[in-house]
Amino acid sequence: MADHSHADDHGHGHDHGPAFHASFRDYATGFILSVILTAIPFWLVMSGAIADKQIAAIVITAFAAVQIVVHMIYFLHMSGKIEGGWNLMAMLFTLLLVAIVLSGTLWVMFHLNANMMPTMPKADGMG
Amino acid sequence: MIPTHSHWTPLLGRLGLDAIPTEPIVLVTFAGVATGGLALVAALTYFRLWSYLWKEWFTSVDHKKIGIMYMILGLVMFLRGFADALMIRGQQAMAFNGNDGYLNSHHFDQVFTAHGVIMIFFVAMPFVTGLMNYIVPLQIGARDVSFPFLNNFSFWMTAGGAVLVMLSLFLGEFARTGWLAYPPLSGIAYSPDVGVDYYIWSLQIAGIGTTLSGVNLIATIVKMRAPGMAMMKMPVFTWTALVTNILIVAVFPVLTVVLALLGLDRVFHTNFFTNDFGGSPMLYVNLIWIWGHPEVYILVLPVFGVFSEITATFCSKRLFGYSSMVYATCVIGILSYVVWLHHFFTMGSGASVNSFFGITTMVISIPTGAKLFNWLFTMYRGRIRFDLPMMWTVAFMLTFTIGGMTGVMLAVPPADFVLHNSVFLIAHFHNVIIGGVVWGVFAAINYWWPKAFGFKLNQFWGKVSFWCWVPGFWLAFTPLYALGLMGVTRRTRVFDDPTLQPWYIAAGLGSLLIAAGIGAMLLQFGISIWKREEYKDESGDPWGGRTLEWATSSPPPEYNFAFTPKIHEIDAWADMKAAGVQRPTDGFRAILMPRNTWAGIVLAGMATVCGFALIWQVWWLAVLMLVTVVGTAIFHTFNYDRSFHIPAEHIAEVEAARTAQLAALNKGAAA
Repeated sequence: MADHSHADDHGHGHDHGPAFHASFRDYATGFILSVILTAIPFWLVMSGAIADKQIAAIVITAFAAVQIVVHMIYFLHMSGKIEGGWNLMAMLFTLLLVAIVLSGTLWVMFHLNANMMPTMPKADGMG
Repeated sequence: MIPTHSHWTPLLGRLGLDAIPTEPIVLVTFAGVATGGLALVAALTYFRLWSYLWKEWFTSVDHKKIGIMYMILGLVMFLRGFADALMIRGQQAMAFNGNDGYLNSHHFDQVFTAHGVIMIFFVAMPFVTGLMNYIVPLQIGARDVSFPFLNNFSFWMTAGGAVLVMLSLFLGEFARTGWLAYPPLSGIAYSPDVGVDYYIWSLQIAGIGTTLSGVNLIATIVKMRAPGMAMMKMPVFTWTALVTNILIVAVFPVLTVVLALLGLDRVFHTNFFTNDFGGSPMLYVNLIWIWGHPEVYILVLPVFGVFSEITATFCSKRLFGYSSMVYATCVIGILSYVVWLHHFFTMGSGASVNSFFGITTMVISIPTGAKLFNWLFTMYRGRIRFDLPMMWTVAFMLTFTIGGMTGVMLAVPPADFVLHNSVFLIAHFHNVIIGGVVWGVFAAINYWWPKAFGFKLNQFWGKVSFWCWVPGFWLAFTPLYALGLMGVTRRTRVFDDPTLQPWYIAAGLGSLLIAAGIGAMLLQFGISIWKREEYKDESGDPWGGRTLEWATSSPPPEYNFAFTPKIHEIDAWADMKAAGVQRPTDGFRAILMPRNTWAGIVLAGMATVCGFALIWQVWWLAVLMLVTVVGTAIFHTFNYDRSFHIPAEHIAEVEAARTAQLAALNKGAAA
């Protein structure tokens, strides 16, 4: 029932893919992309290139979302290959749960609000 | 922002002589516990067991010993929680026709709150965590968990939370809010005393332990499986443990945050959950059930795994539908996040929200039903041996099915508007938690006891316990279903309608039958330990097991496996037995094992004192303890001497003894 080569292998993983070794190139790419993705929204705000404030906010949020992905890939090394895909899977699972909790809570709470505050103008807003 | 409390002093906070309760029931209990505790301490001192306990158990990082300590903690707290249950049943059986019962409302409210909190957090959780701790590393062919010191620390944090709950009995009081402490009742305006603070800090401290133990077991299962054990070759119990621990890590932070916000409301007068100033008590209900619903799956999934292992073993065949079992577990794991609103259908959401959560709730019964059919198909044409674990399994299948069906009834929002907050709900969740979790733990104890201690449990007293428990459960809770349909509300102390009394007397008799079952079980443990030579199992595999834990001796050596096994099939041990794999008898090498450490129990002890100080608002002590905990933890990181080698000669000795034991056993069998 034994494999001698694993005899003193306490505490170490077995065959879940290679350990990741981050390269300078990755960090440099991530850094440059982050700078660009920060500089553009900064310029948008300072120059007022987009007149409508709401559209400007949406554009800036979009840049922020892209930058989150850049950070994940280049700084947190998310990829399907590292650790046999466990990192990526844990990340996606977390995102799914956060989405469920946030959207569910907002839905539930606004719905309660709509139903239980008769003094509010939109009492039957979401029923 | 020091809270305005009448007795607050800088030195002792809110602690004063008036914290000592004066109710006769509590005083008698206190006298009993104090006498028993002193006797225990005296006995341990007399037999010089302190150093043994400290060296072999309290500081141990061996997952098997920690698992056993979790089970002992669960058992002790189970007796406390059950005493509360008997008190509730007694009060409700007599409080009719103007009789006020023997518990005043102040005491009764604490009793039902403590019953719920203890049974969920300090009975069911330690039992389930203990089982996972003991079994999972053995089932995956590992020598310990990924982070052995963390494991010890997690246990002591859970124990620290339990200590605080027990302390509330004799110093101050416990919450009078129900087990989830809904605001505004649990807010400072309506609960100005320390009860809710005991609740908050015992759960916060135990919660840290639970979360860390979740991290630990996930890492163990993902990283430490024996070579060849692909995910789809893992034993089903390990699968359910994995999903459970993922749930733990995902949702316990929610509980932590919710309780922290409640604590801020109480101490610093923030307004997260108040009625005024923009607070929303309903947000508390929403958030705590985001934790609370997955929590019930955290409890029940591992015992589904237990029943799967037991059914396959005692039917002497492979589990029917292994992969459907795995997928059902994962689906339940995901779905458990999208049903939480069914705990507050009546809070005022509209039809669209209620029907969404009603439907998702009903959908969960599909994978659960699939599991039940898998067990039935495993039994179908199997050679079923009705030993105690299998008896509990059959009782579970019958009972849990009915509990599941009443759950689907409650999932229909219009029906819930009739049944919510009634004792029908009480009957339902006891039906699934006792019929599922508790009996699953009993099945597991009967099944794995020989593995943990090297001798089987007494059958006779086990059966007495079984035949008291199962009818006792039905006698205790069927009346509650009937009463609930009549509209009787939960947590009621005195009744106006005398026609309800026979039902409550029946329920009370049922709880006495359960008490007899518990007594028989304690007797079963006692007699089995007394006659352990007679019940000895030297084979290490008394049931014809199928998974790896049965491949090693009973109890397993501290290193579990002298060589890490190589896995080719699901049910690795059954596969090895069929292939006639021989135990290696030479070529042993030194094994690197983690060293015991004082740090876990010391850190958790300081955290518990910190919790105590926070409850009584002894701020200097809380700050001091917090600084000490952090300082000690940092100090401990400089301890690099964390592991040692078990020399090859020692392993050769232990394994040779095992070889001789097995040879003698085979000779005996041949003769």
